Amino acid sequence: MTTIHSPLRFITCGSVDDGKSTLIGRLLHESKSIFDDQLAALESDSRQHGTQGEDIDFALLVDGLQAEREQGITIDVAYRFFATEKRRFIVADTPGHEQYTRNMATGASTADLAIILVDARKGILTQTCRHSRIVSMMGIRHIVLAINKMDLVSFSESLFENIAADFKKFASKLGFLTIQAIPLSALDGDNVVVSGHRSPWYHGSTLLTYLEDIDISETETTGSFRMPVQSVNRPNSDFRGFCGRIAQGYIQPGDSIRILPSGQTSRIKQIVVWQGELEYAESGDSVTLTFADEVDVSRGDMIVSSAQPAQVADQFEARLLWMSSHPLMPGRTYLLKLHSKEVIATVTSIKYLEDVNSGAHLAAKSLNLNEIGVVNISLRQQIAFEPYSVNRVLGGFILIDRLTFDTVGAGMIDFALRRATNIHWQALEINRDLRARLNNQTPRCIWFTGLSGSGKSTIANLLDKRLHADGRHTYILDGDNVRHGLNRDLGFTEADRVENIRRVAEVAKLMVDAGLIVMVSFISPYASERRMARELFVEGEFIEVFVDTPLEECERRDAKGLYAKARRGELKNFTGIDSSYEPPEKPEVHLRSEIDSPETCMERILAAVSFSC
Amino acid sequence: MSFNKLESESIEIIREAVAEAVNPVMLYSIGKDSSVMLHLARKAFYPATPPFPLLHVDTTWKFRDMYIHREKVVAESGMTLITYTNTDGQTAGVTPFTHGSSYYTDVMKTEALKQALDLHSFDVVFGGARRDEEKSRAKERIFSFRSGGHRWDPKMQRPELWNLYNTRIRSGESLRVFPLSNWTEHDIWEYIHKERIPIVPLYLAKERPVVLRGGIWIMVDDERLPLEPGETPQMRVVRFRTLGCYPLTGAIESSAATLEDIIAETFKARVSERQGRLIDSDQPGSMEKKKQEGYF
Repeated sequence: MTTIHSPLRFITCGSVDDGKSTLIGRLLHESKSIFDDQLAALESDSRQHGTQGEDIDFALLVDGLQAEREQGITIDVAYRFFATEKRRFIVADTPGHEQYTRNMATGASTADLAIILVDARKGILTQTCRHSRIVSMMGIRHIVLAINKMDLVSFSESLFENIAADFKKFASKLGFLTIQAIPLSALDGDNVVVSGHRSPWYHGSTLLTYLEDIDISETETTGSFRMPVQSVNRPNSDFRGFCGRIAQGYIQPGDSIRILPSGQTSRIKQIVVWQGELEYAESGDSVTLTFADEVDVSRGDMIVSSAQPAQVADQFEARLLWMSSHPLMPGRTYLLKLHSKEVIATVTSIKYLEDVNSGAHLAAKSLNLNEIGVVNISLRQQIAFEPYSVNRVLGGFILIDRLTFDTVGAGMIDFALRRATNIHWQALEINRDLRARLNNQTPRCIWFTGLSGSGKSTIANLLDKRLHADGRHTYILDGDNVRHGLNRDLGFTEADRVENIRRVAEVAKLMVDAGLIVMVSFISPYASERRMARELFVEGEFIEVFVDTPLEECERRDAKGLYAKARRGELKNFTGIDSSYEPPEKPEVHLRSEIDSPETCMERILAAVSFSC
Repeated sequence: MSFNKLESESIEIIREAVAEAVNPVMLYSIGKDSSVMLHLARKAFYPATPPFPLLHVDTTWKFRDMYIHREKVVAESGMTLITYTNTDGQTAGVTPFTHGSSYYTDVMKTEALKQALDLHSFDVVFGGARRDEEKSRAKERIFSFRSGGHRWDPKMQRPELWNLYNTRIRSGESLRVFPLSNWTEHDIWEYIHKERIPIVPLYLAKERPVVLRGGIWIMVDDERLPLEPGETPQMRVVRFRTLGCYPLTGAIESSAATLEDIIAETFKARVSERQGRLIDSDQPGSMEKKKQEGYF
C-alpha cells in the first residue's frame, strides 16, 4: 500500500433523515472495509432493527451503541476507519439534531474536512446553516456539499445547481477555502464510489475519489516554532529534557528559543528521540529537547522561536460553546485547559450569544447547553497562546467545572484584550503587613454562610461588638445592606447571585488589605463562589463559618416574613425553597444555632480563631 | 507509510496521562497491541524508563508461548511487572469449560482486573484497545472516565475536543487511557514490521495441534483441554490474529509465516480479527455490556 497524501480526518453533518449513516456505511462497504463476519451480523441486525425491508441497512453498521440502535438515532461521536490504495481515512460520525451541537463540535475539532448532507427534495434548511456555522467556527476549511437522495428527484440537474448556488451564497462569509457539491444517492450508491449513469450531466469526481485527492496542506509547518511542554524528563542528574509535541513550525539544534511566559532564552542543544538525535523536527512530531543553558521550564510553559515568540496574556475575547446542562455563570471560576496548561478562569462578560440557526447576535446573561457565545475571559495567570484562527492546538481550550470535573465548555481564542497588557497592579509602598501592625491585629475575613434566618447576622453582630470592645478594627458586610448600594442592580437569579458574591468578596479583600477584620454575612449558597472568595485571600486569612440551621427552624423563625412569601410563590429563587443551598464540606467553624445560643456560637468562633498580632 | 503522526499522537497521549496521574499503570496482555503500546511508552520517556509498572491479569489459561514471551519482554524493558489472578475464582474452580465463556470472562478477567486495580489504587490505566476493533469501542473516548466501581457509562462520556484531555478525577474514580485509539489492525502490523517489535510466535503460521469446535480451530496447548467424544487433535498449519485464553481463541488456517505475509493477508482479509474471539458474540451487544461493567 502506498500513501500519497496524509491521512484525511473528516466529519459528516446531517440529520438522521438525510441518510448520513447510510452514506458512511456505503463508503465503508464499497471501499471493502466491512469484513464478512461484520456483514453477516449486519444482515441479521437489518432484519431485526432495520428500516430497509430485506435489504441491508447500512446505518446499523455505524450506530454502534445498543441504545442508539433501539431508538434509531446517533447520540454520540463514533470514529470509523477505512483505507483505499491512495489514502487512509478517519470519519467522525456525529448526530445532527440541535441538542447534539456539542457532539458535532467534538467531531469537528479534529477534522480537516466536512461533508454536509442535504436532502435534494428539501434544499438548504435551517439545520444545514447550523451545521455549516459550527464547522466553520471549529476551523474546518474544506466542505463537500453532498446533495443526497437525487434518485427521488429524478437526478434533476437544475435542482442540483440551484441548491449548490444557494449554499455557496449562504456560505460566502464562513471562510471556507473549498466547496465541492456532489449529486448522490447514498442508498443506491450513485457517485459515492462509481459515477452514476443516472447523472450523466455531472462531470466531477465521485465522493471517494474527491476525498482521496483533496490536498489539505498542513499550514502548521509554515509558522514560527511553538512547542507546549508536557513534562520534564530527568532520568539522572546529567540529562534534563523537555517533552512535548511540536504544535507549529520546525526546529534544529542551535536554534534560539524563548520560554513563555517567563521570557528566558537559550539555544537548542539536542532533539532527542528513541532512534537517537535528530537534525530536524517539525509540527506534529513528539520530541524531547535539551537546552544549552540551565533554564527554568515546567509543564504548561511553551518553548517558542526566540525571534518570533507567541503572545502572552491573561484576558481574552473568545468564542465559547457551552456543553453542560448547568448554565455558564459569568463570574464563576472554572478550570481552563489550553495545550498542556491548566489555569483558573472566569468569564467576565458575555458580549453576545450567537443564534446557530440564523447567525443573529442576541443579548444574554448566561449560556445554556449547546449555546454559543462571544465572551471575555480572565485568567489567574498569564499564558502563551495563538489565536484559534492561526493554530487550533494553541488557541483551543476547554473549561472544566471545579466541583463535578465535567468538561463544560469548549472555547476558541479570538484575541487578547489590550487592557490585559496595559493595566499593571500598582505596587503600594505601605503594604498589608504594615497596616495590620499599626492596627495591632491579624486582619481576617470571617465569612458567614447559611440559609436566610439561620442567625448569621445576629452572630456576626455579637462578634463585631465583642471585637470592637477588645479594641479591634472591624467592619460588617451584610447581604441586605450591600444590596441597597453596591449591588442594587443585581437580582436573585443564579447569574446575579454569582456576581453578588464576587463583588462582596473583592470588597472584603480590599478591606482585609487595609488591615481590618471583616465579617461577611451572606447566604452565599454556592460552593464554587465561596471557594472563589477563599482563593482571593492568603492561607488562613479566610475563615468560613457555617451557620447550620435546619430549613424548618429557619422557616419557623421567619423574622422577615420571606419564607411565607416564597411559599406563596410571591418570591422567586428563594434559597431553600426553589433555589438550592450547597452546604460547606469543611468549614473552619461549624455552628448549630438551633442547639446553641447566639452567645455560645460567638464564643466558639473566638475559641477557634485568633485575632491578635 | 509514515507513522510519524500516529506515533507522535500516541506518545503525546501517554505523556499527558502520566503527567497528570498519581499512580499510573499499563495493562500488558502480551498480544500485538500491548507490544506496540509498550514500545510507544518506552519511546515517550526515552532516555528514562517509563515511570509506571506493567499489569498482567493472568487467567492462567494463556498460551504457553505467551508466558515465555512476557518474561523476555519485561526483562528487556527494565520495568516492573505485576501479575494478578483472581484466586477466589481459581479456588471455586472457574474454568472456560465448567462455567461457560461469559461467566468465566466476567470472573477471571473483568473481576480480576477490578480487584487488581483496587488493590494497588491505580488511577490511570493504559489499555491497548483500538476503535476499529468493535462498534462500542468506536465511541469510546481516548481518556475514558470510570466511576467508582470501574463502571463506564456510554451516555455520560466527557466531550473530548482537539488534543485536550480532561484528566480531573476524584478519589475512587479512574481513567482508562487508550493511546492506540486511532490505529487500525493494519497499522499495528506495519508498525511491528517497521520497528522490529518482538511478538509472540503464535501470530506466525506453523504446524500446531488443533481440534475443530463449532467451526473454530482450537489449539491443544496443554493437557488441560478436555477432549470431547470423537475429538482427536490433528496437526494443521495455523496462526492466530488475536491472542487470549487458548481455549477461547480460534486459530485461522494460514500459511503466513513472516510479517510480510501477515501484512499482505491482513490487507486482503475478509473477516474481522475479533471473529476468532468467542467472548465477543456470546450475547447481543456483548462488548458494550462487558465494557460497562469494567472490561477493557
